[in-house]
Order: sequence, then C-alpha cells, then structure tokens
Amino acid sequence: MALGVAALGGATALALNAISDNLVFFYSPSDLNSRHITGAHRMRIGGLVEDGSIARGPDGRVVFRITDGKADIPVVYHGILPDLFRQGQGVVAEGRLMPGGVFDASTVLAKHDERYMPKEVVDALKRSGHWQEGAANPAAAPLAATAARLR
Amino acid sequence: MLSRFANPARFVRVSAALLPWCAGVSIALILLGLYLALIASPPDYQQGEAVRIMYVHVPSAWMALNVYLFVAAASAVALVWRHPLAEVAARAAAPIGACFTFVCLTTGSLWGRPMWGTWWVWDARLTSVLVLFFLYLGYIALVNGFDDPARGSRAGSLLAVVGVVNLPIIKFSVDWWNTLHQPASVLRLGKPTIALSMLAPLLVMASGFTVLFVTLLLIRMRTDLKQRRIRALQLDRLTPAPAPPHTESGLPARPVAAREGI
Repeated sequence: MALGVAALGGATALALNAISDNLVFFYSPSDLNSRHITGAHRMRIGGLVEDGSIARGPDGRVVFRITDGKADIPVVYHGILPDLFRQGQGVVAEGRLMPGGVFDASTVLAKHDERYMPKEVVDALKRSGHWQEGAANPAAAPLAATAARLR
Repeated sequence: MLSRFANPARFVRVSAALLPWCAGVSIALILLGLYLALIASPPDYQQGEAVRIMYVHVPSAWMALNVYLFVAAASAVALVWRHPLAEVAARAAAPIGACFTFVCLTTGSLWGRPMWGTWWVWDARLTSVLVLFFLYLGYIALVNGFDDPARGSRAGSLLAVVGVVNLPIIKFSVDWWNTLHQPASVLRLGKPTIALSMLAPLLVMASGFTVLFVTLLLIRMRTDLKQRRIRALQLDRLTPAPAPPHTESGLPARPVAAREGI
C-alpha cells in the first residue's frame, strides 16, 4: 500500500517535471532573449501592453509593444481585439517572430488579474493611494512595477 | 461508530427525514444567491457585467473538486473497510460531480470568449480541469462496465483514489505555470482579492451548491439502494423457496443486498 503510494507519487513528480516545460502557456519578452528562441515556430508571448505604444493603422492593423519590465517586443496584429485590451493590460499574443524582431500575432488574448471589485472601490483606493497595479499577484510584481513606472 | 451508519436500512430512514430539509435549504440558498449575484452585486471595475458568470462558474469549480474528493474518500473507505454504503455513495456522487465539472467548463468557456477573447486554450488550469471531467467519465464507465457490479466498483474505486493526484495539480496549476487563467482570489494565502460585496453572493451560491449536492446525493443513493432491493427480491422469486439439497450448489449466489435485508 505504502509502496503503491510512493510509486504513484514518484511517477506523478516525474511526469510533472517532464511536461512542465510544455505546460508553459507563454514566454515573456526576456525569455525570448535568454533562451535565444528563433521565429521558426509558432509561440506565445505574454506581458503587459506598454503604455502609449498602441498605434492603429488605417487598414485595421494594430501595432503595440509587449513588455515584462526587462525587455519588450513590438507586436503587429490584424483583427478584433478582446474587450479588455488596453494600455497596461496583461495580454498573450500567439504568432511568429519575424526576421526583423517584430512579432506577427495571429491571436491576441487578454489576461485579467484575480481581483474582483466594484469600480467605486477601485476609484476610492486609487484616490487614497492604496491601489497597486497587479500587486495582488507576486508573480506579476515586476510587471506591476514597470506598469507603475510607465504610467 | 462506523457500523452504526453502515446499516443501509437506517440510512434509508434518516435520509427520508433529511431530504425535504436539504431540498428546501438548497433552493432557498440558490434563489437568494442568484438575486445577490445577478441584481444586488456591483459590476466589476474591469470586466463590467460579465463578472456575474463568476457566481456560477467558481462554485461549480469548487464543487467539481470537492465532489471528486468525496468520491475518492468514499472509494477508499469502500476498498479498505468494505463499507456497504461507501460504494453506493461513491457511485451516486460521480455523475453529480461530472455535471458540476461540465457546468464549470461551459460557463468558463462562455466567460473566456468576451474577456480573454477565446472559448478555449490549452493552458495548465483548463487542461487539468478537462482531465478531471474525463476522470469522472472514466470512473462512471468503469463501475458500470462489468457484469459483476462488485468487480466494477473495486476497479472504479482504485481509479478514483489514484485520480486524486489531479486535484492539487488543478489547484496550484495557476501558481506553478504561466497560465491564461488568473490565480486564486478566495482560497489563497493572505486576504481574498475580491470585494466583500462580491464575495458574499459567491459564498451564498457556493453553500447553495453544496446543499444541492447533498440533496441530489441522498436521492441518488436512495434510488440505488431501492434498485438493489428490487433486484434482490426478483432473485428471491426466481429461486424456488424450499430448495432441494441436490440443486443448491447450482443456484446463483444471492447478492449482498439480499443477505443484509435492505
């Protein structure tokens, strides 16, 4: 019985370890630099939409930059953006890295944080200076710092 | 202590008294929860009115995990102590849990489309919950897949117990890996990151769903016990009452339920 539990635990740990690299849903812009990922295959880039970087072309093209505070990458996208897409918002773009270092996205998904609050509460927190962008999520703390700096 | 409740006849008596109360409380809680969730609670600062999907999605997700834990615990008791009611309880709970998982997946999909911009992604959270749904379906198929229900139950119980490893994976998937799904808001270290005006309807809905589960579980267990009794009685009628000694060995063994007089 105990042996069975141990074997099961070991197998699970091994399986989790083996697939953990594939379970990464997206890479950050600095992962892109450190891992020397080239643009041959489709991938996802996640981060915050850099403030003031959104530019819309006449043909419906949108150009913006995704940043994680340490690195950023220009993204080109042609299509309908999710409702939550805006400056400082977490997004995940799926597409290919072009030779010029521009990320050609075929899909842009919006990420939202785990905070649920009525608008009045957020406004009150912002007025009193207790509101921190992305502060609830430790993993997003570097992102939040950047977002605050950019704002 | 265990044997006091192991008596299926006693269970049928006690559950008959409990059932109307459970049904009434669950309906009242869910109606109150729906009023709070859909009318009385404020829209979210970021998601607006779409946040109201949360009041069904999150309690379903909690129930999906909790019911699985219940099925696994009942299966373990059935495996170790051969508790006659534990096996009935595990079998009865699994389809209810599968339904909660299905509701969680569909409401999540409906929520993801306007907020994230997609119906479905293969991130760790969504994929592990889909695995949970398949575990439920696998368990249900396995316990019903044998001619001998006892063998089916043993195989199913084993699957249910082993499948428990998926529960922490689901819970912590959002912390261990980069996922599109956001981290936990309520069951986390530190204070919940959800405003009280939104947490209250969520908790009312969650308790309503919990009592609803108990209600459905009692109904399904009672039905199962009655079906076993019917089968036992039918077998009794097929069996000639004063069995002549020389044919006795050829008779089919009477099921457990008949011997225990449920």
